[in-house]
Amino acid sequence: MFKISDDAPGSCQLMLGNEAIARGALESGVQVCTGYPGTPSSEIIDTLATVAKEMGIYVEWSANEKVATEVAAAASFAGLRSMSTMKNAGMNVASDFLQHHNLSGTGNHGGGMVVVVCDDPGGHSSSDEQDTRWIAKSADVPLFVPDDAQDAKDLMKWAFEISETYKVYCVLRSYTRLSHATGTVKVGELPRLKREAHFDTSQYITPETPFIVQLHKTAHERQDKIQEVFESCPFNWYEGPEKPKLLIICSGSGSPCSREAIDILGLGDSVGVLKLATLWPFPKRLVQKHLSRVKQVLVVEETDPFIELHIKELIADTKELAGQVKVYGQGSGHMSHCGEVTPDKAIAVLSKIFKKEYIPRNYDYAQKVEDVSNQMLVPRGAIWCPGCPHRASFWSLKQAFRKDRRNGVVTGDVGCYTLDIWPYGYHVTNLLHGMGTGLGLGSGFGQLGRFNFNQPVVSVCGDSTFYHSSMPAIVNAVHHNANMLAMILDNNVTAMTGFQPHPGTNTDAIGNPARVVDIADFCRSLGCKVAVQDPFDIKGTTNKILEFLKDENGVRVIVMRRPCELIRMRQEKRQPYKVYVGEDKCKGKKCSYCTEAFACPGLTIDGESDKAQVVEGICVGCGVCVDVCPSKAIIREETVK
Amino acid sequence: MTIRRDPLNLVVAGVGGQGNVLMARIIGSALLKNGYFVTMADDIGVSQRAGAVTSSIRISKKRCCGPMIPQGNAHFIVSLEPLETLRMLNKYGNPNVLCLSNLRTVFPAGVLLGRDQYPALAKLREAIETLSKEAWFIDATDIALKLGAVVITNIVMLGALVATKQLPIRKEDIQEEIKATLRPSTHELNLKALDMGLNVIK
Repeated sequence: MFKISDDAPGSCQLMLGNEAIARGALESGVQVCTGYPGTPSSEIIDTLATVAKEMGIYVEWSANEKVATEVAAAASFAGLRSMSTMKNAGMNVASDFLQHHNLSGTGNHGGGMVVVVCDDPGGHSSSDEQDTRWIAKSADVPLFVPDDAQDAKDLMKWAFEISETYKVYCVLRSYTRLSHATGTVKVGELPRLKREAHFDTSQYITPETPFIVQLHKTAHERQDKIQEVFESCPFNWYEGPEKPKLLIICSGSGSPCSREAIDILGLGDSVGVLKLATLWPFPKRLVQKHLSRVKQVLVVEETDPFIELHIKELIADTKELAGQVKVYGQGSGHMSHCGEVTPDKAIAVLSKIFKKEYIPRNYDYAQKVEDVSNQMLVPRGAIWCPGCPHRASFWSLKQAFRKDRRNGVVTGDVGCYTLDIWPYGYHVTNLLHGMGTGLGLGSGFGQLGRFNFNQPVVSVCGDSTFYHSSMPAIVNAVHHNANMLAMILDNNVTAMTGFQPHPGTNTDAIGNPARVVDIADFCRSLGCKVAVQDPFDIKGTTNKILEFLKDENGVRVIVMRRPCELIRMRQEKRQPYKVYVGEDKCKGKKCSYCTEAFACPGLTIDGESDKAQVVEGICVGCGVCVDVCPSKAIIREETVK
Repeated sequence: MTIRRDPLNLVVAGVGGQGNVLMARIIGSALLKNGYFVTMADDIGVSQRAGAVTSSIRISKKRCCGPMIPQGNAHFIVSLEPLETLRMLNKYGNPNVLCLSNLRTVFPAGVLLGRDQYPALAKLREAIETLSKEAWFIDATDIALKLGAVVITNIVMLGALVATKQLPIRKEDIQEEIKATLRPSTHELNLKALDMGLNVIK
């Protein structure tokens, strides 16, 4: 099986979009690769980490995206090629640095640097549909958007060249349907470029005043030069008739969806496609040239009207085009600014413009399948895994709130514990936004006592999230003596994105031993009252939460410490308990406490016997339900060690 | 061997933990070696376990297609779980679609928790038959369990998929992929599972 470190130039391989991005970086001679995990970007660093030792490169899962980008930038300042990776939301974190690094540039001897960001139109695994193309535009740096895995690999290589030539970092934007799609990629050579790191101290690299206006000007002049290169680059291409009735201008996912729609509707003789891979600086003359051949243009892009607005600006600014070209897109109501672009959306808009009827399947079939699905299809929604420590932690929090009776407020955070607000969660969480926001909001609520706010406040965050951006929040809370309880769910891994290490784990991304930064120790050093609790001890944990809720003296911290069950299972390969239901005590459906309230899929009520049953193959034997059952009907027996 | 449509749209469905992403990878890799452009997309969702998992595979001699199959445009649906077969028919089905479905049910969380009801298997099977041009059903999980490992259910299904003769893949291609992809200690068992699957479909 092909590994991205295999030097097999010219061969065709199946690669995930993210693997193709990683391969492109390796083919460019990248030496330092960093990132913070976030779907759909995580596999880039995951993949590079597996080959780091043999390729002689440094790969790091950093504490957050800003740090990741700074670590990568240091390598670039010292002459090496480097990259940082993140999801869309992560780019906001990195932005503070990125909006200065754009002006300072990479220095006299800077190595090429590429920032890879993966957007998530449709929000498959995000809390937003943010379009990060605007960040590259506002920073005035080159922006590349590939449309398939091959394009991703090749553009990655070219982005390193552009970066090194023009001494500015480049942004390569991917998205779910590229990062998580697998395609055929013809691979190139692996150069194994070995550069030595050295920083030329005769230079100082900074965008600080008094240089700022000059540097800003220089950045724009640099963009003008890069635009010249983009005007004729092979990654922007046209496919279709000489004089199309309609020109589609598209990028990213819009490209395969548009081509699909043209094929399905048989519009190959009437519609041409201009695919743009270099979006900023905008290749104006190329687009002008194509616009001059048509009377109508359709823009297919997701999510914001980035290309559309630039085209409209271009048309308005070009004497020969003004008033001559009709633009279909989001402004005309033909495309939507929300959700992904799909082949079906592209088909729908083309059939509307060409008044060509399209029926995906005949009416009878569509009706039949809809009827049957309405009757039979039940959802298969996400739920905490059986044995997940978070279920136990939230269960105890819910019990403590019930006993406390003061209508406690929970400010949540981003991780597997987000599932609390999903259909099978306990819905204890009241507020949930971005990374680290839970503790920041807690710090704020913790000041409201002076305005007669008398509800207890609990801020929940995970371990990886704690290191990522909750640390400044807790420092702020401590300094201002906020009245709050921080509940830190420490499962010793970044679970949701695929078990990446973090500063609390004893190995790093490459597998080298790493120093553990202990959350409890850190919080103690701030002077917080700290308890470390095993969430599986339901009674002890509930009491501890109650006690800490009542003690309203500043910031209290409970670290809920138990490894992610999926990791434990992998390592131990055995269940801690044999769990079963003593049927004489179980009250069956009329109780249903274990299924309806506790909601662990390892338990179900058997219709025939009207008793709870442990579901074989799903239950992992954590035994927590034993302490939840009000009838003491569930029994656990330790498995032989 | 050729494909009867270009692109040919194959859906591989199942439930988290059943190994259908691996199954899709093996199919894709075998097709690549047979000279096809292959594009696959995995819809994994958020859940690690027991959530719906779909891979779409688009096979073409002409070019790399986009990863998404348009609605109602699947040519073949292979599914490791019967409810997921119906879910895919709802999205991608059409009067000419072919289905190969495992019969072993995996209850969604909502069913286990008593909030939803799983349809009667006989009714579900009937619905799948009505909604496909041809449907094959096998109890791949049962065969896998008899061979001693539930994890090889996907390989039994692969064997059955090859036996339907609807894809340009031969038994030898899959055997080669198994040897190239899986741990050597598991080769014998997996090759056995493949054979068992091949023999179920006549």
